[in-house]
Amino acid sequence: MSKPPDIVPGDLEAPSGAPELAANELDAAPSDRRSVHDLWLSGTEAPRELGPFTDEGAQEMLAGESPELLADQTGTLVDDDYEGSGRSHDDELQIINMGPQHPATHGVLRLHLELDGETIRRVKPIIGYLHTGMEKTAEALTFMQGSTNVTRMDYLSPLHNELGYSLAVEKLLQVEVPPRAAAIRVLMSELNRIASHLLWSATSGFDIGALSMMIYGLRERESLLEFFEKTTGLRMNHNYIRPGGVAADLPSDWREDMVSIIETVESGLADYVTLLLGNPIFIERTRGVGILTHDECLAFGVTGPVARASGVDYDVRKVFPYSGFEQYDFEIPVTTNGDVYDRFLVRFEEIRQSIRIVRQVMETIPEGDYRTEDRKVTPPPRARIDESMEALIHHFKIFTEGFKVPAGETYQAVESSRGELGMYLVSDGGPKPWRLHVRGPSFANVQSLPMMLADSLIADTVAALASADPVMGDVDR
Amino acid sequence: MTTVPAELVGVAAAFPDVEFDSVLGDTVARASRDDVVGLLEAVYDAGYEMFIDLCAVDYLSRDPRFDVAINLVSVSQSLRLRVLVGIPGTDSKMPTVSTVYPGSNFYEREAFDLFGIEFSGHPDMTRILLPDDWEGHPLRKDVSVGSVPVQFKESNKAR
Repeated sequence: MSKPPDIVPGDLEAPSGAPELAANELDAAPSDRRSVHDLWLSGTEAPRELGPFTDEGAQEMLAGESPELLADQTGTLVDDDYEGSGRSHDDELQIINMGPQHPATHGVLRLHLELDGETIRRVKPIIGYLHTGMEKTAEALTFMQGSTNVTRMDYLSPLHNELGYSLAVEKLLQVEVPPRAAAIRVLMSELNRIASHLLWSATSGFDIGALSMMIYGLRERESLLEFFEKTTGLRMNHNYIRPGGVAADLPSDWREDMVSIIETVESGLADYVTLLLGNPIFIERTRGVGILTHDECLAFGVTGPVARASGVDYDVRKVFPYSGFEQYDFEIPVTTNGDVYDRFLVRFEEIRQSIRIVRQVMETIPEGDYRTEDRKVTPPPRARIDESMEALIHHFKIFTEGFKVPAGETYQAVESSRGELGMYLVSDGGPKPWRLHVRGPSFANVQSLPMMLADSLIADTVAALASADPVMGDVDR
Repeated sequence: MTTVPAELVGVAAAFPDVEFDSVLGDTVARASRDDVVGLLEAVYDAGYEMFIDLCAVDYLSRDPRFDVAINLVSVSQSLRLRVLVGIPGTDSKMPTVSTVYPGSNFYEREAFDLFGIEFSGHPDMTRILLPDDWEGHPLRKDVSVGSVPVQFKESNKAR
């Protein structure tokens, strides 16, 4: 197992006042941590025998209950010496359900918490409340329509979904997109990363008590959404990145928009750092909370900012570059504490690195076409249809049957705001995918919650959950 | 035996039945059900420390009917590997790989839920996305998309 790499500090220093977490504090921690299979990740023990269910809930007592417990339930038993009564057992754990309607679960996640007083012993994430069968839907849509489907999965970073899907289709088609299209894709996906991280810092700050963060984060994100609306026509679910390129060129005054967006985000970010990272209350709530170790991240497939906060130096943009990311100069922030505080540090630094990439795109974006010239994939321009019979045929074929993709299977990953977003695409040579599997980063991150939360306080659940940033549309699909 | 990356030569030698191939730039290993756990243990030792993805594909008319695709990453060596396991439709079972990669736990439950592939030895082989009382496995190719009854569908006939 590789050693966690050193911190890449970038220019984001924790303000003075933040306590240093002793290096050996975390090294010592894993020895106390329970093994992977002891965490109710999956019911590692025989299911508990349940009594018959009652319709009346608490109104009806279970038949066959001991007289003592019945007396306790009805309140007739008075027990004024709890400690010495001998009725409390070591294994007396309280189970509560958090969600699916809990506001801090960011959607419809349900957590089955086993509590020993205030301490969480085991956690079982229960998912599927937002499952809409999108992988099955993808099999009924043509390759061209498919991007409208995938964009609705992770609704906070729709452009990454579209990008991953389009790259997978293009890999099977062996179509190369023009350099301008690739640069536009980089620009838009980095802007989407900033927007997603801003919304995340807003809601996470809100969850752990920084109420003003909620307003600030959404305020700065608005400037990005306005640009998305101007460019793609929609504020979310853009269907902008499509197989073969992008749907439209950037607006003519996009550089001015970028300058103002960068200014807004950078000034906002400076505020957040002052507001949160140096705040003693915030530090108290986040330092040493929700820890995931380096090895646990690898074992559970945890990727993205959560893994990078735990010292896993893995970013798809660097390790397996796509869409020309190798041309841009940026750094991957990596920290080693693996707690909620570090996840804030990593994400704030990622926003800065994304701004760096946006600046480079502004300088280096080439002129040219924004979608491929391949008429089998790209519909011809409207004017050509009046002049050319061939263009009419291509147009007709694309919009009735759809373009055909050679048979084969491929896996294409992109770095979404939450981690590795993979598209496993199988084609049988027809105009529709035979199978599209989406490896959502949130799915694996939710799976690691039992690790994060075991033996922590119930008050830390919300902080740890928020820092994992699960989007249920991505988990359940 | 075509293209085996240098890191996997030892693994390929230990498992002569496993076919290694390069598909559109991805390294793909095709293993049988009996080999897969041993193969993944060897692959883990060869440096593929990160579990990424496990999913099933239903080829319906092919024999074996299902493929289970396991995606792994070696962070330290910047390599990807996809292991494909063929599973017959009549006996859709395979051993769990969550003993090697604990992260496959949820993914195996998803494959069971949507395709009905049972992973023997899995600690909790239950449905994950669909309700517990759901019948059938909807991502199989012999299950249709279905339809939802629409109101006022009969209005034309009444006129």
